[in-house]
Amino acid sequence: MDLSYSPEEVAFRDEVRAFLAEKVTPDMQDKVRGKGELTKADMENWHAILNAKGWLAPNWPKKFGGAEWNAVQKHIFEEEAAMVSAPRIVPFGLGMLAPVLQKFGSKEQCDYWLPRILSGEDWWCQGYSEPGAGSDLASLKTTAVLNEAGTHYVVNGQKTWTTLGQHANMIFCLVRTDKDVKQQEGISFLLIDMDTPGIEVRPIVLLDGTPEVNEVWFTDVEVPVENLVGEENKGWTYAKYLLTHERTNIAGVGFSQAGLASVKRLAKSEMAGGKPLIQNPHFAARVAQVEIDLMAMSTTNMRIVSKAAAGQAPGVESSMLKVKGTIIRQEINDLARRAAGAYAMPFASEAVEGSNEMLPDPLGAGPVAAKYFNNRKLSIFGGSNEIQRGIIAKVTMGS
Amino acid sequence: MNFDLTEERQMLQDTLRRFLRDRYDTATRNGILNSDTGMSSEIWAELAELGVIGALFTEEQGGFGGKGFDIAVVFEELGRAGVVEPFLDTAVLAGGLIADLGNDDQQALVEEIIGGGLQLAFAHGEPTSRYDLTRVSTSATEKGDEIILNGRKAVVVNAEAADHLVVSARESGAQDDVDGISLFLVPKDAEGLTVQGYALLAGGRAAEVTLDDVAVPASARLGAAGKASPAIEARIAAANVAQTAETLGAMETACYLTKDYLGTRKQFGRPIGTFQALAHRFSDLLIEMEQARSAVILGAGHLEADRDVRERHISSTKNLIGRVGRLVGEESIQLHGGIAMTQEYELAHIAKRIIMADHRFGDVDHHLERFIALSAA
Repeated sequence: MDLSYSPEEVAFRDEVRAFLAEKVTPDMQDKVRGKGELTKADMENWHAILNAKGWLAPNWPKKFGGAEWNAVQKHIFEEEAAMVSAPRIVPFGLGMLAPVLQKFGSKEQCDYWLPRILSGEDWWCQGYSEPGAGSDLASLKTTAVLNEAGTHYVVNGQKTWTTLGQHANMIFCLVRTDKDVKQQEGISFLLIDMDTPGIEVRPIVLLDGTPEVNEVWFTDVEVPVENLVGEENKGWTYAKYLLTHERTNIAGVGFSQAGLASVKRLAKSEMAGGKPLIQNPHFAARVAQVEIDLMAMSTTNMRIVSKAAAGQAPGVESSMLKVKGTIIRQEINDLARRAAGAYAMPFASEAVEGSNEMLPDPLGAGPVAAKYFNNRKLSIFGGSNEIQRGIIAKVTMGS
Repeated sequence: MNFDLTEERQMLQDTLRRFLRDRYDTATRNGILNSDTGMSSEIWAELAELGVIGALFTEEQGGFGGKGFDIAVVFEELGRAGVVEPFLDTAVLAGGLIADLGNDDQQALVEEIIGGGLQLAFAHGEPTSRYDLTRVSTSATEKGDEIILNGRKAVVVNAEAADHLVVSARESGAQDDVDGISLFLVPKDAEGLTVQGYALLAGGRAAEVTLDDVAVPASARLGAAGKASPAIEARIAAANVAQTAETLGAMETACYLTKDYLGTRKQFGRPIGTFQALAHRFSDLLIEMEQARSAVILGAGHLEADRDVRERHISSTKNLIGRVGRLVGEESIQLHGGIAMTQEYELAHIAKRIIMADHRFGDVDHHLERFIALSAA
């Protein structure tokens, strides 16, 4: 047992820290913390900064232009970046599509698409969920039918919860290519240009007013057969492979640490009964309780990261980390909301047209309540916590 | 023992429920939320005509209710429909203080309030007072025949729309003394009074109110100089009855929507409510809802009791509703899944109302501490 990083890992962490200290601007941090909104240009700018350093694709093999970090290095980067409120790497092209192309795509597909992901030429979004296919993703109904000439698929249907789809020019989709077999065996993986006629993107406004997700409608959309990844009707296998990549950094330890630090800062300035709130025994107990949980989870996370770095693929532990990680993050969001007292109530409504109201924020807390509501999504998306618990039970009890 | 509503209250409940079911759907509310004023004067007038405001005042004050159970009946229905119009601020808080403390001239306003012709706000909380009712730094200084007000009031709900503000200010004592606080009726257009407004996450609007040498005549004082604290505490108790009942109504809607969704949404070939993992969690909500209803009855039923008994019950109610509210708000979203995260679905607003109720008049922790203190007394 040795709970500390090796000298090489410490050196790597220091390098990451120095890089972030130089590149992360106060403007970026403010936006990440919720004061303002990261624009498409902001996100592209951050990608370009990382790409110049060779750190944009931490998990890609070197031959594709990636950093080929091991699990510990990836963890160090993610944790350090979250703690200084650096923008996130938009994961759809880099973390989700690319691993599938690298494993199942053709050489032509890799040669064409991967460089465009790194350069930012393409912005990818994910077309998985449908109105009727959420937790039960395999029941998806969007169809792709090969035309008679065999040159194009014709796609019809609707995808939903498409994160940042409003910025994307490409979407990777799961589509049904065979209705007559077991659900999982009739699904294919297609790459679709968002500018193709017949595609319509409609924003969904979330309960905190943010326009981050969309519905995407397909009406007789023609997709060249070259855009099929791997084999027809094998898409479910690829999707499952992709989901294991979605699971990296699933515990969100860095986000929780940054969030907890911000709660403590808030509770030092907020006054309750003439004293800083952090000295209030009930509030202090709430903070301590979640910090104790976070310390243990951080260690759980490191145990799993170490195993992964040694080449053991995480199995059921990913599901465990997702559940515990989201519970802790949501608890911290709850504490931030509580700490702000009455000043959690104001809301910068994007929906009010032309509204440019200055919100009172004497503590510099930012929109803590809006964030609390927005992050209720953490336990719903990427396989809800109920689905994760089902997986844990199924794997461990073999039921 | 009799837990039935009186005939009058039952009638009011039925009328209100029918009216709001017909007139206040999600699209209507979203339209109101997206408007500049954040409220509908039409709805306000129609509800006033139905007697909603009159039910919040006693007969001596010119109304036909005003007891804890009257307040609870009205606000449970307003909460069930997710009404965002500021009845609590105009009628229960500011209007109630005028009715409780005002001289004959001031009380003449109550008739106008009940008729729906007046908007009011209670400007009490300050940037560093959090939930303490007696922590008032805004100052009131006599200068000849006038009183000069200086200070800042935080998150004053309905300040922009208000014709008058009821402003608390300190005439003597240290900033957290119980004694020394007075209330003043200040016209919104008074010189030196600035109102900086903004929308609220759970609907309605509030403002930061700055008082910069605002001069009012001594006759603007409500009640005796420096003696307003007990009346403020009693009105906040009434506001907590209103708000906990409103939250109860909103939670009823959240549970109703959740039940409906669990029964109709299908995944893996069957309604998701048939999965035991979800069914049991929904059952837990129903168990806690019974606790919540009892807690609201306890609060409302002790609003007319002596101070210590009243406050101990109010704090117990607010603490329990805050805890159950968080559970119901979060679980109803989770049991729905993604759909509940969208603005256009009814639950989104309802869940925000339930959760954000804990940010007014003292949160779960505040009332737990208060309950401990009042129990030791």
